[in-house]
Amino acid sequence: MWMLGPIGFTAPLILLALVALPILWIVLRAVPPAPIRRRFPGVALLLGLTDDETQTDRTPWWLLLLRTLAAAAVIIGFAGPVLNPQVEETGSGPLLIVIDGSWAEAPDWGRRLDRIAAVVEDASRAGRPVALVQRTDFPAGAPEFLSADRWANRISGLEPKPWAPAKEAQDLWIAALGNARFDSVWFSDGLDRPIREQMLEALEARGTVRVLEGGRAALGLLPAGYADGIVQVGAVRSASSVESEIEIAAIGLDPAGVERSLASVPLRFDAGEAQAQAELSLPPELRNRITRFEIVGNRSAGAVTLTDDSLKRREVALIASRDDREGLELLSPLHFLRQALEPTADLLDGALVDLLVANPDAVVLADVARLAPAEQDGLIEWVEKGGLLVRFAGPQVAASDLSRAEEDSLMPVRLRVGGRSVGGAMSWGEPKTIRTFSENSPFFGLDVPEEVVVRSQVMAQPDPDLSERVIAALTDGTPLVTRKRLGEGQVVLFHVTANAEWSNLPLSGLFVQMLERLALYSRPTVPSAEDLAGTTWTAARVLDGFGAVSDAGTLPGVPGERLAARKMDADMPPGLYTGSDERSIALNVLSSADRLQRAAWPARIAVEGMGLLRETPLKGHVLAAALLMLALDIFASLWLSGRLRGAGGGVAAAIALAVLLPATPVEAQEDVAEELAILATSEVVLAHVLTGDDSLDRVAAAGLAGVGDALYRRTSVEPAAPMGVNLETDELAFYPLLYWPVSETQPIPSAEAYARLNQYLRNGGMILFDTRDADIGGFGSGTPTGRKLQQLAQPLDIPPLEPLPQDHVLTRTFYLLQDFPGRFASRDVWVEAAPADAEQVEGMPFRNLNDGVTPIVIGGNDWAAAWAIDELGNTMFPVGRGYAGERQRELALRFGVNLVMHVLTGNYKSDQVHVPALLDRLGQ
Amino acid sequence: MSQAGPQLRTRAEGLAAALPPLLAQAEHLASTVLLGSHGRRRSGMGDEFWQYRPISQGDEAREIDWRRSAKSDVHFIRQKEWQAAQSVVIWVDGSRSMGFSGDRNRPAKSDRARLLALAISVLLVRAGERVGLANLGTPPRSGPLQLVRLAEALTGDLSEDDYGTPEAPGLPAHSRAVFLSDFMGDMDGVEAALAKAADRGVHGTLFQILDPSEETFPFDGRTIFESMGGTLSHETMKAGDLRDRYLERLAERKDRLEQLSRVSGWLYECHHTGDSAQSALLWLYAALERSR
Repeated sequence: MWMLGPIGFTAPLILLALVALPILWIVLRAVPPAPIRRRFPGVALLLGLTDDETQTDRTPWWLLLLRTLAAAAVIIGFAGPVLNPQVEETGSGPLLIVIDGSWAEAPDWGRRLDRIAAVVEDASRAGRPVALVQRTDFPAGAPEFLSADRWANRISGLEPKPWAPAKEAQDLWIAALGNARFDSVWFSDGLDRPIREQMLEALEARGTVRVLEGGRAALGLLPAGYADGIVQVGAVRSASSVESEIEIAAIGLDPAGVERSLASVPLRFDAGEAQAQAELSLPPELRNRITRFEIVGNRSAGAVTLTDDSLKRREVALIASRDDREGLELLSPLHFLRQALEPTADLLDGALVDLLVANPDAVVLADVARLAPAEQDGLIEWVEKGGLLVRFAGPQVAASDLSRAEEDSLMPVRLRVGGRSVGGAMSWGEPKTIRTFSENSPFFGLDVPEEVVVRSQVMAQPDPDLSERVIAALTDGTPLVTRKRLGEGQVVLFHVTANAEWSNLPLSGLFVQMLERLALYSRPTVPSAEDLAGTTWTAARVLDGFGAVSDAGTLPGVPGERLAARKMDADMPPGLYTGSDERSIALNVLSSADRLQRAAWPARIAVEGMGLLRETPLKGHVLAAALLMLALDIFASLWLSGRLRGAGGGVAAAIALAVLLPATPVEAQEDVAEELAILATSEVVLAHVLTGDDSLDRVAAAGLAGVGDALYRRTSVEPAAPMGVNLETDELAFYPLLYWPVSETQPIPSAEAYARLNQYLRNGGMILFDTRDADIGGFGSGTPTGRKLQQLAQPLDIPPLEPLPQDHVLTRTFYLLQDFPGRFASRDVWVEAAPADAEQVEGMPFRNLNDGVTPIVIGGNDWAAAWAIDELGNTMFPVGRGYAGERQRELALRFGVNLVMHVLTGNYKSDQVHVPALLDRLGQ
Repeated sequence: MSQAGPQLRTRAEGLAAALPPLLAQAEHLASTVLLGSHGRRRSGMGDEFWQYRPISQGDEAREIDWRRSAKSDVHFIRQKEWQAAQSVVIWVDGSRSMGFSGDRNRPAKSDRARLLALAISVLLVRAGERVGLANLGTPPRSGPLQLVRLAEALTGDLSEDDYGTPEAPGLPAHSRAVFLSDFMGDMDGVEAALAKAADRGVHGTLFQILDPSEETFPFDGRTIFESMGGTLSHETMKAGDLRDRYLERLAERKDRLEQLSRVSGWLYECHHTGDSAQSALLWLYAALERSR
C-alpha cells in the first residue's frame, strides 16, 4: 500500500494515468458542441445572415475543468483510496491491557470492545502474550499473560460495571505485580479519580504506557430532589466548554402497570458550566409513580438515578372526634382538611389504632380531646419514630381539661381554660388577622391574605418555652399554630377548628399552603449514617453498568453503615434497597455532591482517540463524485448548446434545480400562503378562478366586488374584497364560493389541482361555472366555451345535474326568484339533481329537498359582467336596454345574493319550518 | 396534419355557428351579372317582385302584367328586384411550410388556414354567395354541395413545394378574393398575383398566418435551420444572436405586405395560430363586409 498523508492507495499504479489528463484537456478543447438540426419555415428570412462572432466553437474553460476533474476522479477512484489504513502496531514482549470498565464507558462500550479486539489481534500477529485487567473488577493475584488468541473470545464477555475502581483492590493488585516487565495499553474512561495516579506509576515502572480514551464527555445524573412541590434534577458532565442540551425522562409505571416515560424535561448546560439543574413540576399522582430518572439516549449507569421514598406521596390519617352530624358536610371538622389534602396526599380513614399500623406519614386529629391509653401510647411511639401529628382545636378541646395542668405529651403547649372569642356579638374588639410568619417558622414566606380572620381560639399558657414553639401567631401576638418536637417527629397544634366555625382560615388558600408545608416535614429525606447504623438492607432492584434496572435476585443483605458509606462493589451494586420497615433507599452511582472531572494525563503519556483509526475505503465516494460531475456536465453541455431553453429544457432545468437547490424559496412561498390564508379566513371572501386571461379575470373580480357590495348593503353577509385563486398553488378550503369564468384559452389544471378541487367540492365548496355564451348558444350546444367547460369538468367529481327546478332552494334563499339572468337572460342554469326519492309534501309547492348544497352551478349568463362595478361603484357593462335592462341587472344581483346565501346557509331555507311563511308571501 | 373531411366541416360549421349570416356586397354590379339571392333594392333581373309601374314608351308588350292592368284603365308592367350574388375566391397556401407548428399542442398553420377558409365559406354559402377555391380551378358556386367539394379539396395532403405562391387562374373580374398563407416565400409571386387581381378589379384580403414561434424566434445555440421541405438551410453558431435581425426582417415583410395591400385596395391581417380562430374569422367577416 502506498500512503499519501492519511490516505493510502491499494492500486497506486493506476494513478500514473493522471499524466494523460493534459492530453485530454487539449483533445476536449478542440471539439465544438454538436449543432441541432431544426425545421423552421422562417429560414427564408435568415438566409444571408452571418454570425457576429465566430467564437463558441471551443468548449468553455470551466466545462473543460469539470470534465478533467471528472476524469481525474475516475482515475483516483479506481486507484482504491483508503482513509486511515490499518497499520500494524510494533513492539515485543508481554502486553497488559488495562480497562477502566466503569459506567462512564458504557455508552461507547461496543467501540471499545472493537478497539480492544484490534489491539489483541495486533498482539497476536506480533506473537506477544497478553493479559487483561478490568479496574472495576481486579482479578485476584498477578495478571496472567496468555497467548493473544486465548483472549480473543473472552473480550466480548467484558461488561462495564456501575461503580468506580476501588482503592483497596487496586493496592492489592499492584502489590501482587511483583517485578514483572510488560508494556501497557490503558483504555481509560476519561474521568479523573485520585487512585489513577498510583496505577499509572505502577504501570510506568514496568514498561511503556499507551492510553486510549474516548472523545466523548461523560454525563451523570444526580439524585432527584424535591422541594416546594417541584422535582429538581441535576446533571453533571466532564467536559464543560460548549453549551449543550440533554433530555431527562422520568420513568415509571403507568396506570396499566407498564413501564414507560411519564414526563421529560430538557436540561441545558451553559458553556463553561459542568453542572446544570432542571425543574419538573408534576402532579403528585404522577410523581409518586416515578421509579427513576434517565438521560435520554445515554446508556450508562451514571445517567440513571433511582428514586426512593423522598418523592412519594404522603399518607395522611384523618381522625375526627365524632361523626354524629351526618350529612352536614360543610360543618364536618374534616371537610376542609379532606378538600385541602386530597390532591396531594393519600387519605386514610378508620380507627386510630388500625391506622397507626399502616404507618401513615401524618395523622390529623381534629378536635379530638380524649384518646384511649392504647391510642395515646401508639401515637407517641409513632411520632417519636418520625411521624407528624397535626391537631386542631375545637369546642371539645376547649371544654376538656386536656393539657391543662400538665403539658400533654401529644400537645405542644398547655391550654388555658375556655379559650377566647373576639369580634363576636357579645365581645369587644375586631376579629384578629394573622401576623406575617417569622423566619424560623415552616410557613415562612407564605403570603397572609388580609381577609383571613380568627374569631375564636384556644389560648396557650405562657410557659417559658412557648415562644420557640409558636410557628404562627395572630396580629396581637397570641399563638395560632404551635409545634413541639417529639423524638424524630413533631406535634403541631392549630389553635382554631379545622372547619370554618372559629375562623375562616380553612376557607383560604393559605390553609392549603400551610398543610403542604407541614406535610413535607414528615420524614427526613436523606437518612444519615447514624440513622442507618445497625440496620440491614436488602437490594430490591439493581443497576448494571449500562443503566438497565433488573431484579436483585439473591444478593446478601447490606448493613446500614456500609450503605451510608456508599462504597459500591459487586456485593453492593447501585440500586434500590429496602429496609425492615418498608422504607427504601436508592443507592445511586452518583450522590448529589459528586462532580465529574476530566482525566488529565501527563504530557509523557501518549493519549489516543478511540474512533479515528477506522479504515475507510474512499473508492465509492470518489467514483460517486465523478458521476455527479459527469451529470453536471450533461446539464452544462445541454445549456451551452441551447437545448435547455426549449419546452423540454424547462423540465430538465427544473429537475436539475430541484435536485441542487435547498428548499428555501418554498418557505418564503409558505409565508405568503399563510398571510393569504389569514386574510381569506378572517372574513367571508368570494373567490374567482384565475383563467390567465387578464381582462376576464378583471371582470370576474369586479363582478364579485359588485355582488359583495350588494350583499353588504342588503344582507348581514359582509364580504371582504374578492380574491383570485390560482388552482395550481392556492388552498381552496378558505373560500365558500368559486366563480369560474370559462375561457377558451385557459389551461387545463394539473392532476393535483383537480384533486384539490374535488376535495373542495366534497367538503361543501361551490363552483359557479359561467360559459358567458348564453347569447349565442344554449347550455350543451357546441360553443367553444361550452366545449372547454366539458374538458375542464371532465375530471371533476360532479354529481348528476338537472336544470334548476322551480322549487330549488336557490329560488328562495334570500329573494324569491324564478329567473337567473346575468348579462344574458338564458334560462339554462344547471344544478345538482334532486334525489329521486324527494317527495312533494301534500299541499306544498316544494319537495323535501333537505339534503346538501349543490356543489356546482353551471350557466352561461355572464353574471360577472352584470355584477361588475368599477372602483367608483359604477356598473362596467350595459345590460339590456333601458328600464328592462336595469331590472335584469337587479335580478342578476339578486341571483348573486341568493347564491352566496345558499352557500353560507345551506339548505336552511329548504326547511319545512319556513314553508307557511313562504306560502303566505307567495300568496298561496 | 390533415383531417377527415366531415370532421373538418363539423368544426368549421361549429366555428361559423356563432356568427350571423354574412352579407357580402358587390361593388360593381354591372359586370357580375350572375344572379344571387340578395336584392339590390332597385328594379332589375331577379326572382322577387319589386313594383308595378305604368307602361311607358319602349316597353315590350309581353312585359305587361295583365292581371294588374285589368284592375284599372292603365297598363302596368311588373318589375322584379335586381338580385346579385358575390363571388369569392379563396386561395389556401398548401405548401410544406404551412405544415409547421412550433408546439405539439398548437395546430399547424395549414390546419388553421383550412379551418378558416372553410368557415368563411360556410358563412358565405349560408348567405347565398358563391364560393370557390383557387386551387380547385372551378368557378365559384353556391349551395351546400359546394361546401362538400371545398371540404374535400381542403383535406388533401400538402404539396411538395417549400413555399407557396398565390395563384388564381379563374378569378372572375370584380369578385372578391381571400389569400391565406404565411407569405414566407418569394414576395414577387405575391406581388404579381396581387397586380393581376387588381387589374381585374378584384378586391380582397391578404391573411397571413404565423406560428407564435415564428414571431418570437425562441432558439439559441448552434443550430442548422432547414425549411420544411429541406431545400433551404442555414447554419449558425449562436441562433440567439440572429433573433433581432430575424425579427427585423419579419417586420419588414409584414410592412411590405401591408403596403402592397394598401396600394391595391386590399386588406392585410396577421394571425397567430396561438390565438383564437374565432377572432380571425370575425376579422375576415368584417373585412368582407367592409365596403358596404
